[in-house]
Amino acid sequence: MDKRLIIDMNNIVKRYFIGKPNELEVLHGVNLKVYEGEFVAVVGPSGSGKSTLMNMIGALDLPTMGQYKLDGFDMFHAREDDLSAIRNKKIGFVFQTYNLIARMTALKNVELPMLYAGMGKRERNTRAKELLTMMGMGDRMQHTPDELSGGQKQRVAIARAMANDPAIILADEPTGALDSSTGRLIMDIFHKLNHEQGKTIVLITHSPELAEETQRVLTLHDGLIVSERKGTGKVAAG
Amino acid sequence: MLLGENISMALASILANKMRAMLTMLGIIIGIGSVIAIRTVGNSVTESFNSSMSSMGATNIMVGVTQRETEAVKNDSGLEFRGRRDQKMPEEKDFIKDYMLDDLRKEFADRIDGVLLSENLASGKITIGRNSAKVRITGGNDDYLKGENLELLAGREIGDKAQKGGKAVALVSDYAVKKMFNTEEYDHAIGKRVQVVATGAFYDFTIVGVYKQGETGALFGGNEDRETTLYTTLGCVKGRSHIDGYPNITVAKKPEVSIDSKKLRSEIQIFFDRYYHTNRIFEVTTSSLESMLDQFTKLLGTISTGISVIAGIALLVGGIGVMNIMLVSISERTREIGTRKALGATNSSIRLQFIIEAMVLCLIGGIIGVIIGVSGGSLAAKLMEAEAHPSISSIIESVAFSMAIGLFFGYYPANKAAKMNPIDALTYE
Repeated sequence: MDKRLIIDMNNIVKRYFIGKPNELEVLHGVNLKVYEGEFVAVVGPSGSGKSTLMNMIGALDLPTMGQYKLDGFDMFHAREDDLSAIRNKKIGFVFQTYNLIARMTALKNVELPMLYAGMGKRERNTRAKELLTMMGMGDRMQHTPDELSGGQKQRVAIARAMANDPAIILADEPTGALDSSTGRLIMDIFHKLNHEQGKTIVLITHSPELAEETQRVLTLHDGLIVSERKGTGKVAAG
Repeated sequence: MLLGENISMALASILANKMRAMLTMLGIIIGIGSVIAIRTVGNSVTESFNSSMSSMGATNIMVGVTQRETEAVKNDSGLEFRGRRDQKMPEEKDFIKDYMLDDLRKEFADRIDGVLLSENLASGKITIGRNSAKVRITGGNDDYLKGENLELLAGREIGDKAQKGGKAVALVSDYAVKKMFNTEEYDHAIGKRVQVVATGAFYDFTIVGVYKQGETGALFGGNEDRETTLYTTLGCVKGRSHIDGYPNITVAKKPEVSIDSKKLRSEIQIFFDRYYHTNRIFEVTTSSLESMLDQFTKLLGTISTGISVIAGIALLVGGIGVMNIMLVSISERTREIGTRKALGATNSSIRLQFIIEAMVLCLIGGIIGVIIGVSGGSLAAKLMEAEAHPSISSIIESVAFSMAIGLFFGYYPANKAAKMNPIDALTYE
């Protein structure tokens, strides 16, 4: 494959409470490669290290050992402000609980990553409007999160994740708090972003059905990737 | 990140918790408000003092005979004290005599306009038929009567001739005329002869003028029978009292600014010391409105310091309140902080956000404090019959100071927010 390597993880080990009696190794040497334009799912039971892996991918945390290059940037030498910049420009987070800022309108929420990126007021306003319209939220831009339904909130969150045109969208149980039909809608959006815009997406989920829709399914068990298989890449009928 | 965005975010989060913000600001409001109020009062009174001093030409120097402070003496218990042991009033022999005044006029002819002399003779009642008016007989020389700035409603002033002859002519108040003659046509009183009945004595006067009585007495007198002043010639009073000399006089400085009134005052002091250095009990002391203003300013300074200390404590408490509420707010908004960090906020931008929020909170408190202080201080100044002059410099200082409090007390919570681990913050329940 001559595609651009977005996530390049080699032998990633993560330990907590180092040097203390309760020292805990959560990841025991994970290897993970995700290429540009892929839609990959990471599944596994709770306690398997999914969240830790996601924090690692999302530059919220650094590995104890191992190599991690994100879109060519070596995380090993990253300092705190570098991590902020990586999260800002390279990664678009979509959380299970949306994590929209309550006092801000949908529009302002979407503008936020661009604000931190130092984009001008008019430019970020235009882009935020475009993204929200693309997500079908054009008529809800001035609403605050508590005036929106769960599905609407998640659509705002996806628009926000797309704000700085990141190299990867990292979705952590994005449908976990939604009913199945709304969840379906959100999944369709991810498929659309992957197909039409070629977005690289990593989906973390405990739902085998949702994982099956992606191109590649990685199963994490006890801090190791124990299996890797191809998904259907297709939405199940019905 | 842009300052404007931070300020609007800060305002949004303050508005989301109005009650809490208000209570937090209370300490700042009280602190800033009290400082501004006392400064407004001080500034107003000083300004009106200054303007009345310049308008009245009141660079007058008051000269009075007062008892000397005794030398430091040791009492039985061996403690040293200094003070007037027995209060004594100056007697006639101690008074300022005419020959001293003649010398004074000669010596300071180039710098003084005149010497204001007056003596109160007695208080009594003028009865005309069934009407009566209470008066206090004050004799004054020409300089004195000029200094009283009387506004004549009818008749004429007491002239030079009458002064020289020590004539029993009188200026009475419009109030007294109303009382005596039951009329507001003041011309009616001119030329009338009236008799003042005082304890054990009668004094006859011819009314030559009616002056306008200010309303100042009304506050205290109400509808009661007020005593107003009957002005007559100094010679007339001296002819009746047979007192030689004056316990108090006032020296009017020439209005020219080039004349140093402080220097003049000390020279007049030295002048009188020449006559009084042999007097073991009494001396002459001088004072002026300026020196009184100095004393007043000193007193005000003391009061200001006291209030500033209290205000400082209020501001300290207020600042701690701000810190406390910022800590609460940060803990409530932990997930928000985590989210912001996930979206790419750097530690310094989080720190800046919360510092600005604390500063905006304090600034609003400061502005409310300034408004309350200025209106309270102006009201107090009005009650003291001074025109309100809020001190602009102290308003600017206060606003800047309240922001400084925000910066100081907001830094610790903001830093705490900035240093949060994004993962812990994101998963915070």
